[in-house]
Amino acid sequence: MTRAAALAIGVQRAESPGLWILAWRRFCRDRVGLASFLIVVFFFGLMTASGLHLIAADWSKEVGVNYAPPTFMGPEIPDRSLAAPESHGERAGEANPFDPLAGVLAEIRAASGAASVAEAQAPTLVFGGDRWGRDVLQKTIKGTETSMFVGLVAALLAAFLATVFGALAGYYGGWIDDFFNWFYSVFTSIPYLLLILAIAAVLNQKGTLTVILILGLTGWTGIFRLVRAEYLKHKVREYIQAADAIGASHARRMFVHILPNVSHVILVQLSLHVVLFIKSEVVLSFLGFGVGVDTVSWGSMLNEAQSELILGYWWQLAAATLAMALLVTGFSLFTDALRDALDPKLK
Amino acid sequence: MLAYVTRRLWQTIPTLLGVVLLVFFLFTWVGGDPAYLLAGKISNPEQIENIRRQLGVDRPYHVQLWIFIQQIATGDFGESWATNEKVSSIFATRLGPSLTVLVPLLVVDTLLALAAAMLVAYVRGSLTDRMVMIGCTVGQSISILVYIIVFQYVFAYQLGWFPVQGWGKGLAENLFRFSLLPIIVGVIVSLAPDTRLYRSFFLDEINQDYVRTARAKGMSETRVMWVHVLRNASIPIITNVMIQLPGLLAGAFLIERFFSIPGVGREVILAVERSDFPVIKAVTIYVAIATMIINLIADLLYRVVDPRVQLK
Repeated sequence: MTRAAALAIGVQRAESPGLWILAWRRFCRDRVGLASFLIVVFFFGLMTASGLHLIAADWSKEVGVNYAPPTFMGPEIPDRSLAAPESHGERAGEANPFDPLAGVLAEIRAASGAASVAEAQAPTLVFGGDRWGRDVLQKTIKGTETSMFVGLVAALLAAFLATVFGALAGYYGGWIDDFFNWFYSVFTSIPYLLLILAIAAVLNQKGTLTVILILGLTGWTGIFRLVRAEYLKHKVREYIQAADAIGASHARRMFVHILPNVSHVILVQLSLHVVLFIKSEVVLSFLGFGVGVDTVSWGSMLNEAQSELILGYWWQLAAATLAMALLVTGFSLFTDALRDALDPKLK
Repeated sequence: MLAYVTRRLWQTIPTLLGVVLLVFFLFTWVGGDPAYLLAGKISNPEQIENIRRQLGVDRPYHVQLWIFIQQIATGDFGESWATNEKVSSIFATRLGPSLTVLVPLLVVDTLLALAAAMLVAYVRGSLTDRMVMIGCTVGQSISILVYIIVFQYVFAYQLGWFPVQGWGKGLAENLFRFSLLPIIVGVIVSLAPDTRLYRSFFLDEINQDYVRTARAKGMSETRVMWVHVLRNASIPIITNVMIQLPGLLAGAFLIERFFSIPGVGREVILAVERSDFPVIKAVTIYVAIATMIINLIADLLYRVVDPRVQLK
């Protein structure tokens, strides 16, 4: 469009495409990169749709029987369903005539029975059901939303901190640089997982926000190192001297002039850290220090799946594993393609 | 050399002080009043006041910080809040099991990854190389949790080749009976990323002029790869192995938890679950100190491997 405009006023000027356009062209030539990009876009769509309650809004409804098998396997043979812990509990309750809670239990059972009669529980579900008969497919979508959201926001937080710290340290140098380097060495001398667990211990509360804060506040070190190095390199270049000459302030030089020139480094690191943080969130949630009990994430699904597998119910494990493997592989390949596209010198 | 080591040790003091401050800040300000955690549900003001006095949290912050530094220097972190076991004895008894699993794990993983990486780097661009790389990418994308759950289920629970979990008395029994499956799982999990990483280190070296010279001199391919290329690629490899060493002291959190190995990692997870601050504080501080010492040893090793490296 600019070219058309330039021609219209009759100015002969050779327009050269910018960095991002060139990178996009290079990216489009990379078939693996493009395919992985589509996977990432698909997961983004899934996350957004689930976040807006367009899909998987009623994931917590108990639509199937306990441990309903996937449809392609057919309904379960009735006698095995006795293995479900709920049925044990009920039978034990009926066997004891002196149960002080019997009356209350009967009432609750009548109330829940009246509710569940209205909606029949399906014997099979698309990708099986969990212990309470919730649809594993919907749960996986909801888990995708949680895990991806945590990974993305935590990576944004970490990248933001790293950019600010790295810009200040690299641009000003001197004691500011010393201070941030000291800060960096303090954080990196504690192993990553140990630091995360220590912070989880002192915060002592679960929740999506807590996980984001833990991961974001501890994960900035790797990006900081690179951003600082880039700022060291850029601050002595001519265009910054020129900016100084026209009277641009320090903040303007740092964030308006230099930042766009180092943004490709940050973008690749951001993408790399999303994967890292998704993996960390899964571990944290699995251990029970992550998302709250009313939220489902891949980590909490794997936690449930562990005991289910011993009973022979493998589908929740498979669903969470597949979803995570697909996203992580897609994101990793996308990151590689992004790096190649943004740094033509690498090839 | 001695002057260098002395200077480096001198330089770690500010970092160490930073770690102490960070841990102190986390557990004193962010962690809230431990008396409430300890007193639990049956708390009356007197009891809480009593606990506060015992822990010393009623004293000013600088006094508390000084107590903390004294604890670090003497290694006496008092007793665990949950079990009343001495923290120092927790460390002493849990370190053995952690090392029994992690030392063989690190050795086997490093050797296998080196061999695999050298092989695929040698046949770079071939079908084998590409298949291995795709396998690594996919293998890396599966959570470590899934590996542990599935391996434990298939090989220990279903096939009964290994005990599902547990820990014995003697070193031989622990190493060859209880540690085998954890080590196998650990190797499989770390093999994929390490192979990818080491392959890239080898690829950086394999196109250098000195490799061509060595071949032109008529050296055997084995000697070129294992002596010339390996030695030059070893600096980043040492870095990567050294990074993993402090983790040996912190234990393998997930593996120890799943296989009920009474190591440091499992103890840390238990401590986090019980809000057992003294244990977490002690582990964090000592692992940080170990990290700094290991970093120094790594720098000295670079010099041994590559005489061109200047220690400044």
